[in-house]
Amino acid sequence: MGRLTVTRLTWQIGEVTDIVQETPKVATLTIEVPAWSGHLAGQHVDVRLTTDDGYQTQRSYSIASPPEEARLALTVERLEDGEVSPYLVGELRPKDSLELRGPIGGFFVWRAGDPRPLLLIAGGSGIVPLMAMIRHRAAVEDHTPVRLLYSSRAFEDVIYREELERLAAADRTLTVAQTLTRSQPAGWTGYARRLDRAMMDEVAWPAQEGPQVFICGPTSFVEAAAGLLVDHGYDPRWIKTERFGATGG
Amino acid sequence: MSQTSDLKLDGNAIGGLLAEIFNLEMTSAESTCGGCGTVNAVGRVDVYVHAPGAVVRCPACDQVLMRIVHGPGRYWIDLSGIRCLELVES
Amino acid sequence: MAFISRGFRGKRRDAASSSRVPPGQHVVGDFPVLSAGPTPRPDLAKWSFTINGEVDAPKTWSWDELRKLPAEDITVDIHCVTKWSKLDTSWKGVSIDTLMEGVDTAAEYVVAFSDGGYTTNMPLDEITGHKAWVAYEYDAQPLHPEHGGPARLLVPHLYLWKSAKWVRGITLKNEDEPGFWESNGYNNHGDPWREERYWGD
Repeated sequence: MGRLTVTRLTWQIGEVTDIVQETPKVATLTIEVPAWSGHLAGQHVDVRLTTDDGYQTQRSYSIASPPEEARLALTVERLEDGEVSPYLVGELRPKDSLELRGPIGGFFVWRAGDPRPLLLIAGGSGIVPLMAMIRHRAAVEDHTPVRLLYSSRAFEDVIYREELERLAAADRTLTVAQTLTRSQPAGWTGYARRLDRAMMDEVAWPAQEGPQVFICGPTSFVEAAAGLLVDHGYDPRWIKTERFGATGG
Repeated sequence: MSQTSDLKLDGNAIGGLLAEIFNLEMTSAESTCGGCGTVNAVGRVDVYVHAPGAVVRCPACDQVLMRIVHGPGRYWIDLSGIRCLELVES
Repeated sequence: MAFISRGFRGKRRDAASSSRVPPGQHVVGDFPVLSAGPTPRPDLAKWSFTINGEVDAPKTWSWDELRKLPAEDITVDIHCVTKWSKLDTSWKGVSIDTLMEGVDTAAEYVVAFSDGGYTTNMPLDEITGHKAWVAYEYDAQPLHPEHGGPARLLVPHLYLWKSAKWVRGITLKNEDEPGFWESNGYNNHGDPWREERYWGD
C-alpha cells in the first residue's frame, strides 16, 4: 500500500566521524547528522558533492545503520571509473562534512513486527540495505525467521562478514547462506556458483510460508533472482527489489 | 524481447527526485499503466536515468509512464502514461 | 554560500580546443551510453528504413539495400545536451541527401522515428545539404546496439538527442511536431552553439 507520507526533503550537512574499511574496495562512513529525522531499514540517502567552481553531482546510497542507531552509516563501494565513490572511499576523512538528504524510499522498507518470514537476497554491495534490516531486527530482538542469501565474487569481497557470522551464531532464527562466484578459499563450505534454481530451492522458504522477499544488487542479478523465485512458486508481489546501477559511480 | 541492461533501474532510484518535486514519498504509490493496465508500485517500475531526463516505463509493456526533465529552475513532468496513481493515507 | 566538498574535483572536465567545444560542454574520452528505454534488437532480415508522410509514395530500403547505397566516411564532433562532447568521432553512413534523391515533397519538417517509439523532429533543411546521415558504423565497426545500432540518425550540428538511435525512418510533415524530448522541456531546435537546451532558450 502506498502510504501518503508528506516529506520535505532538504539538503543537510553531516560530519563524518569515522571511516572503516570493510573490504579492499568498500568502506563504511559514519556520519553525525544534526536533527536527523530518523529512518526505516531499507531507505537511502542522496549524497551531493560540490566542487569549488560550483559543479555538482549526486548519488544515492543505502543506509547501512538501523533506525536504532543515532549516527548514520553509509557503506560505499569504490568503483574505479566512478566520479563520486573514489572521493567517498579514498579522499574523504573524519571531520569532513558531507551534504545529504533523506531518508528516501517507502517501498523497499522492512519494519520489525511484520509476521511473515523474511528472505533477503544480496548481490555484492546490494547487501547494504538488507544489513540495515538485519541490524534493525537484532536491535529490537525480533525473531521473525530470516534467511539471507548473499552472493559475492570472492571471500575478501564479503562485506560485514564477521558481523554476519556473529549474528547468525547467536540467533538460530537467522540463517546466512553465501555464494562466492569467482573464487573460493581452501576449505570453503558455502556455494561456489551464480544463483540457480537448485540453490534457490535449498535456501528459499517454501512458497507455502508466504514470505516477504527483498532483493538488492545490480539489475541483472536482481532480475535473475526474482525470476528464480517466481519459478520456485513465489507470488511476484511478495518480492520487493532494488536495483543498483552497475555504473553507480 | 529487450535485453536486461544494468542501465535500467527502478523507481527507488527516483525516490529523491519525486520527493523533491511533490513533497511526497512516491515509491510506494501504486500506478496503473495507461497502456496495459498493469498495477505496480512506483518502486517496482523500470526507470532509465542515464538520459536527458528520467524515463519511467511499465515493466509489463514498456510504455512510458512518466518523463521528468529537470531544467534550470524548473521541471517538466509528463505523467500521462499513468492512468491512475493510488496513495494510501498514513 | 553554497557548501563545498573539500577535495572533490569531479571527473576531469577537459575544455581543451575551446573553439570546438560549444558553451557549457566538456570533452570526454569515452562514449557515454544514454538510453530512454530498453535496447531494441531488430531482426535485420525484417529491418527497413522508410521515408514516408508528405510524399507521393513512401520509399523503403531493406538492410541489404541500405548497405548497397553510396556511403561516406565522416568524422565529426558530437555534443550531448547532458554536457559532454566527443571530438573527432568516425562514422560510416548514407547521407540523407542520397536517401532523399528523387523524393518530391513540399514538406518543411520531419519526424525521425525509431524502434521502441522514440521520435525527434527537425526542419527538413536541417538534415539535407550534407548535414545528416543514417550511420551504421562507428569507429570502423558495425554500430553497437547500445549506441543505436544497427543504424542511427546522425545530425552532428544539433544536440545528440536529435541523432535518433535505432532509427527506422523519417516522416515528412507540413507541420512541425515535437518529438519525445521536444515535447517535454527540451528545445525544439537544439543548436549547441546557441546553447538551445530547453524550452525558452
